[in-house]
Parts: sequence; structure tokens; C-alpha cells
Amino acid sequence: MFSHLLSSLSDGLVLGFVYGLAAMGLSLIWGVMAVINLAHGPVIALGMFTTYLLFYQAGLNPYLAIVVVAALGLLFGLVMYGAAVHRVIDAPHLSSLLSTFAVNMIIIGIGTAVFTTSPRNIDFAIGTLNLGPITIPLTRLVAALGAVLMTVFLYSFLYLTRPGKAIRAVANNREAAELMGIPSSAILALSFGLGTMLAATAGAFISTFFPFTILSGFPYELKSFVICVLGGLGHPLGALVGGLILGGLEGLVPIFMPVSWVPVVEFSLFVLVLLVRPTGLFGAK
Amino acid sequence: MRNLLRLGYLLPVVLILIWGLVVIIHGEDTLREKTFTLLMFVGMASSLNILLGYTGYVSFGHIVFFGLGGYFGFYLLAQHDWSLIPASLAGGAMSAVIAGLLGVAVLRLRGAYFALATIGINEAARAFVTNFGPFGGATGLYVNFSVYEAYGGASQALWSTFTCLWITALATIIASALVKGSRFGLGLMAIREDEDAAMVMGVKAPQAKTLAFMISAFFPGLIGTLYFFKNGNVEPGDAFHLHMSIELLVMVMLGGQGTVFGPMLGAVTYEGLRGYLLTSPLFKSLHLAVSGLFLLIIVLFVPAGVVGWIRHRLPITRRLLE
Repeated sequence: MFSHLLSSLSDGLVLGFVYGLAAMGLSLIWGVMAVINLAHGPVIALGMFTTYLLFYQAGLNPYLAIVVVAALGLLFGLVMYGAAVHRVIDAPHLSSLLSTFAVNMIIIGIGTAVFTTSPRNIDFAIGTLNLGPITIPLTRLVAALGAVLMTVFLYSFLYLTRPGKAIRAVANNREAAELMGIPSSAILALSFGLGTMLAATAGAFISTFFPFTILSGFPYELKSFVICVLGGLGHPLGALVGGLILGGLEGLVPIFMPVSWVPVVEFSLFVLVLLVRPTGLFGAK
Repeated sequence: MRNLLRLGYLLPVVLILIWGLVVIIHGEDTLREKTFTLLMFVGMASSLNILLGYTGYVSFGHIVFFGLGGYFGFYLLAQHDWSLIPASLAGGAMSAVIAGLLGVAVLRLRGAYFALATIGINEAARAFVTNFGPFGGATGLYVNFSVYEAYGGASQALWSTFTCLWITALATIIASALVKGSRFGLGLMAIREDEDAAMVMGVKAPQAKTLAFMISAFFPGLIGTLYFFKNGNVEPGDAFHLHMSIELLVMVMLGGQGTVFGPMLGAVTYEGLRGYLLTSPLFKSLHLAVSGLFLLIIVLFVPAGVVGWIRHRLPITRRLLE
């Protein structure tokens, strides 16, 4: 029983890092411009498919491909911000929800036409790690490490570089930042790009160990909502912690009840946290 | 009541009345099926508009009430031999009660937080129903074919269902007009513009919001029961499509949120467009992308929707379109 618990929990926690990485993108965008990016899931799926194409068409090692995916993800975010978000940035929430959802529909529509919805997978294994009762495929462990690295990268960017500081200033108060000579539109576009970059990278990591279709991003999008609310919308580090909580839950819940109850527990927790502490478990009051 | 006699409120009611009558007199099956789908979306979009358009709360969970109410009504129909009208009314009432309970809790949240919570509710409800034994779990419920005997055979049963749905769509539009023309509706619109200011001016916001939520949830429950009865079965995947919730938002946006005529126009236009895209050989595989592009253009350039845009451009029409 105990070893079963341990292996199930470690499985969940390792995945939790990747969930956290995906959620971080959503959280960053929310924190800077109060936009909920409903195209988050499809962007994750695009990350998966880009890795897939680079692996099979260009023969690139998936971990090298992730660097390309990150660059493309950033670019995609910049374009998407310009095309779909900038005009509605000050409009009521419904507008930005719907415009990002429109992008979601466009990606899914084109993706389904091009890739169909039959599952793909990247045939790539680098062995497993055995620690007593715990067995973890190394691809997942690398993904977890990658998630931590990306978090470190994000925080160093936000706190140590000039554009990063500008992002924090704009998140804090856009008008004041403008008055200090920060080009807020460019900074908003950059933050949006960083958000989609994180999502696409998460997708790339996931594609190394799970099969996927163009629709696969959606469950991660939903998980990202839950995680963001757990960790506090707009706190990237909270997202990583929220991801670990969610991953841990996914590891623990199936021991006590059928697997199909996991979403019930997750979303009940989600609504509960929203009601009791809408700023998240770690957010400021 | 005098408010209801305004031209702008009468127009949509009369249109739906004539439309249903024409279909019933015509008596053709394919036309009935087409109209059934359209009227269903008219009812769903108009009821969503009571919360979204008048009160300004974005809900991704409207389909929850369609699913849960429909499930409950269908359960009464299939397992307890209730007849269609009481079962669908019970389905609607169930939805309204659930909305009331949820509303007390969730409506404390504002803006995007409320929208997020409704996504959570939608998923939780779907996952719950999938696991709930009396509702048949993942396989859902179905009616025995012999049930249709009571309505004079399957074909006659479909016509009765259609008539019920038509009356429901009419009732939804009338309710929407009544709310908009009433003091209660004014309160809701005040909440939409500025909730704190509305409360200072004496609008009892928590009660008003919950009541609006309940009214907007009642009709989907009713429609859900009718729809599942027509199909003869119900399963969780069918009943809780997050996608459909969002399509409803698109319909309301397209027609013009906060108007009585808008959601109806939006529902018919959107469904018509989707039908065209799905059947046209050129766009068949890209229909989702094309509708997405269409939605993007509306949101970015015509945020008030068709009705809002016409009202703005042609002031003469303001009496006619409300």
C-alpha cells in the first residue's frame, strides 16, 4: 500500500511540474493584462505538433526542438497579440474572452483540417529511473527539470533585465508606466508572447511522453485554470506550486476512489478556492 | 405589462409566433427538424442574454442548466413515466433551483473570476453526471420506444415536442422583454454599468443577480428535456459541451447583447452560417476556422452586434429594434 502510494504520488508530482509550466503562461498573461487567454490549449497543442514535425521531418532531437518551439511560441504570441488582443485590451472581459476564443477556433479548425484528429506520438525514450518502489521515465524527469529551468529563466528575466522590469511595471500600473516612458503596447505584446512561449514549451515537453491530437491542449487548458486559481492568478511561481498540488491530487485521488472522480474533485476544489480565496492560496489579500 | 406592447418587444414575439405556425401548418418533417434546432438556440441565446446582456455577467456555464435540467427531466420521463410537459417543467424548475443555490455562492465573484468559476462548474457537472449512477453514468439514459405510444406514435410525439419547444421559445422571448421593460431589469442594467453605484442607488444587487441567474437557467432546463426527449437518449458528452456554451455567447454577441431581438437574430444567423459552412465543399473542413475568423471580426470591429450597430447607424429603427 505504502509503496503504491509513493509511486502514484511521485508520478503525479513529476507531471505537476509540467502542468505548472503550462499554467504559468496563462498566469503571466492574466497578471500583466487581465486577459484570460482561451487559446491557451491550442497553443499547447501547437507546441506538441511543432515538436512532432521537427522530430519526424527535420530529424531534430526533441530537446533541441524545444528551443525552436520556444522561439516560435514567442513569435506566435506577438502576432496573436497584435491581431486579436490589442484592440480589445481595454474593452469589457467578454470581448477579450471571445477574441481569444476566436483564435482558438481558428487554430483548432486549421489544425483539424491539416493533422486530422487521429492520435500521434513521438517515439522517443531515454530509459527510466528506478528508486526503490518509484519508477519514473526519464523523459518525464527531464520535463520536470525543464519546467524548473523555465521558471528560473522567467524570474531572472522579470527581475534582472530591463524589459522584464518594464513588464512588471506595466502589470503594476499601465498609466504610470507609460508616464515613465515605457512603451506599454510593446511590453504587453512581449508579455503575451512570453505567455504563449511557456504554453508551447509545456506542450513540447508533454509530447515527449504522451500521445496527442490537435485537441489535446484542452485538458491542459482546464488544468491551467484550476492551477492558476490555486496559485493565484498572476503569480507565475504560484502556478508552479499549484501545478504540484494538482499533480499530487491526481496521484493521490485514484488510490481512494475511481479515476473518473478526479475531475470532480479538481473542479470542486477550484470553485471552492475561487469562493473562499479568489486571490489564490498564495496570492496577496 | 404596458411595456410589453412596445413595438420593439412585439416584433420578435410576433416573428416567432408566425414562424412556428407556418412550420406546423406546413407539416413537413425536415423543415420541422431544422426549425427545432434554430428555435432551441433562439431560446438558449435569449435566456443567456438575461444574465449576460442585461446583468453583464459572462457565463460559460449556461449549458450546465441545459444539461442538468435536461437530465433531470429526462430521468423523470424515462424512469418514472412522467409525461412530457410536467417532466420538462420539472427540468426547468430543477435548473432554476440549482442556479439559485450556485448563484448565492458564485455570484459574489465579479468579472473574469465569475467567468472562470462557471467553466469550473461546467466541468464539475459533466464529471459528476458521468459518475452518477441513477443518471446512467457514462452511457447515459434512453427512453423505451413504447413511451411514444402515449403521444400517438413516434411521428406525432415529435410534433408535440416541437410545439412545446416553440411555446418555450416564445415564453423565453416574452420573459426577456418583460425583464428588460421592468424595474427589475433596470436594476440589472444598473448592475451591468456599475455594480457598486447600483447598490448605492438602492438596487439589491445580490438578490437581483440571483433572480436573473435563476430566470436565465429555467429555460435551458426546459429546452434540454425537450431536446433529449426528441433524441430519445441523453449522455454526458452531449449534455455538457463547453463549446456550445461558447457558441451561445457568440450568438448573443453577434446579434447584439442586451437587446431582445439580438440574441434571436444572432442564433438564427450563426446556425445558418454554420449550416452553410458545413455543407459547402469549399469550407467543409475549415468551417471552424472560418467561424472563428468571423467571430474575431465581430468582436474587434462590431462589438455591439448587428442590432446595436443598426440602432447606432439608423436612429429611425430604434423604436423597432430593442
